[in-house]
Amino acid sequence: MCLAIPAKVTALDGEFATVDVNGVTVRACIGLLDDVEIGDFVIVHAGFAISKLDLAEAEEALRLLEQLM
Amino acid sequence: MNVLDRFSDTELAAAVLKDISGLANRMSSRTVRLMEVCGTHTFAIMRSGIPGLLPSNIRLVSGPGCPVCVTPPGLIDLAAEISLREDTTLVTFGDMMRVPGTRRSLESAKAKGANVHVVYSPADLIPLAQNAPDKRIVFFAVGFETTTPSISWTLIRAGESGLKNLFIIPANKLIPPALDLLASDKNTNVHGFICPGHVSVIIGSAAYRPIANKYAIPCAVAGFEPLDVLLAIRMLLLQLVEERAEVEIEYSRVVTERGNERACEIIDEVFEPADSVWRGLGIMPRSGLKLRPKYQHMDALLSHHSCENPALDLIGSGNSSEAQTGTFSDDSMPSGCACGEVLKGIKIPTECAMFGTRCTPDNPIGPCIISSEGTCAAYYKYGPNPYGKP
Repeated sequence: MCLAIPAKVTALDGEFATVDVNGVTVRACIGLLDDVEIGDFVIVHAGFAISKLDLAEAEEALRLLEQLM
Repeated sequence: MNVLDRFSDTELAAAVLKDISGLANRMSSRTVRLMEVCGTHTFAIMRSGIPGLLPSNIRLVSGPGCPVCVTPPGLIDLAAEISLREDTTLVTFGDMMRVPGTRRSLESAKAKGANVHVVYSPADLIPLAQNAPDKRIVFFAVGFETTTPSISWTLIRAGESGLKNLFIIPANKLIPPALDLLASDKNTNVHGFICPGHVSVIIGSAAYRPIANKYAIPCAVAGFEPLDVLLAIRMLLLQLVEERAEVEIEYSRVVTERGNERACEIIDEVFEPADSVWRGLGIMPRSGLKLRPKYQHMDALLSHHSCENPALDLIGSGNSSEAQTGTFSDDSMPSGCACGEVLKGIKIPTECAMFGTRCTPDNPIGPCIISSEGTCAAYYKYGPNPYGKP
């Protein structure tokens, strides 16, 4: 039940945002986060963005992993 | 988003598996049991076939990571009874619909004519309540820390907008007390925890530090792609080899040490910890949540107390926290059902005599076969022999 999916914020409307999930547009509440901006990646669970997604951190984790290989 | 696809990269996974084999060899003949405590992890692990790729002395076991599965059957009965009231619409997440109580499921109540409505998001409760002012909208509030902030946000906004017809059945639960119980139980024999990624988004990895310290048990917060799980397994094995017991974050693109502090404040505004009954595990101190006094008028169990429905006599004194504590201590499983042992990682589903025969998703006896993230459901869907042995 803790399934959550990455999405890209494409529009803001108060405490709600329009987000893009693999090409599908859905509405998500951003009331649990501070400072959400258009273009941010977030993790959406049950219609709420619960976290920002740090793609730079993901790239860094993969880069470190590849160095070790 | 291609960077995220790389967390399913087979070459990287093969390289991490090679590391895991090397670490497993250093454990000599010792069998290492690592527990995931998140149904989404259980499904990710089974879907990607990870158990069959691991060295023979590394075993993944599932814990009580499915909030639907650990909801006491007495509370499901009560939700079903409430749904049969003419003036009420019972609202639930879809996962809860087919989970059996002791007398019926919400689905069977709906078949009898009850008003049961499924929502994807708690935010949908506000327009539902606004559009039906003559109905009592009662939400069956289940879920771990991942879900609780969204329910809390909804109740705060409902209160601010003056809604008088929105209520909840409080059944939310907290993960760290469950980990504490499992780590203290010798029967579970767990050597490391794969901590739930999206619970940790909210509470932060620091929430597990007391457990890692108290029981000297390694913890790794993992994401949900195959590479995430393998990297977390590698973290845990390395800690065991080096005799460390720390909390590490594999899912660093999303999880921080401190978590989502704003979400935690929103939970804290609405809820406070309460002793809670977990189906299959019993009563655990401060492992659930009850509404704070400011929000108790939204507690469906309190507000329905005066009705004549005999099922509601269960509420006794009218203190709904009893639902989270003693009154609904009916945490038993149906006769012959091993879900209690499965939820503690003591048994795997195939060790239950009813699994796949008398108990199937079409004819569920225990909760773990019917929940969309139950351990038995994962074994049923992706193959009953994940380690590739008969």
